[in-house]
Amino acid sequence: MSENPIFVQIKKEIDDNEIVLFMKGTKDFPQCGFSSVVANILGNMGVEYKDINVLADNDIREGIKIFSDWPTIPQLYVKGEFIGGCDIIKEMSQEGELQELFAEKGISSAA
Amino acid sequence: MPIEITELENLIKSHFSNGEVEIQDLAGDNDHYCAVVRSPSFVGKSRIEQHKMVQKAVEGYDIHALQIKTKAI
Repeated sequence: MSENPIFVQIKKEIDDNEIVLFMKGTKDFPQCGFSSVVANILGNMGVEYKDINVLADNDIREGIKIFSDWPTIPQLYVKGEFIGGCDIIKEMSQEGELQELFAEKGISSAA
Repeated sequence: MPIEITELENLIKSHFSNGEVEIQDLAGDNDHYCAVVRSPSFVGKSRIEQHKMVQKAVEGYDIHALQIKTKAI
């Protein structure tokens, strides 16, 4: 059975980039409140990350939901691992866990 | 598709019999909710796993926006 090219593409993105945010819109112009919240959190932490606009590619938009087994956007990946969506990221950020996670994974941040 | 708040509450409660479920209506349109679920079945599970358990409870209902907050008790 051949590998779905969309999954191959997604895997490449999360392997090639330390932090990847699958979102609606871009980090500079988010097009959804939930995506905006996560983009802002990352922005405030001063971490480098790659934003992937699922609205620009419907195959990615549907593919990432199957890939992650997670029904919604945004989705945050850190060093190839799915961390969560808006609710989880917000909670982790408020509890200091997100900062801890980045430190643990050796990701530099301005904060 | 929209779902009534009491139906949503009962639906989630039926999956967490020992837990507490509180639903907040965020927009008054039966399509934007926040579900706060406290349950002993969350003990030892990661946030992602906990949220997936709640998502599973509402599988098949296409709720536009369901914020999830979970707590192990």
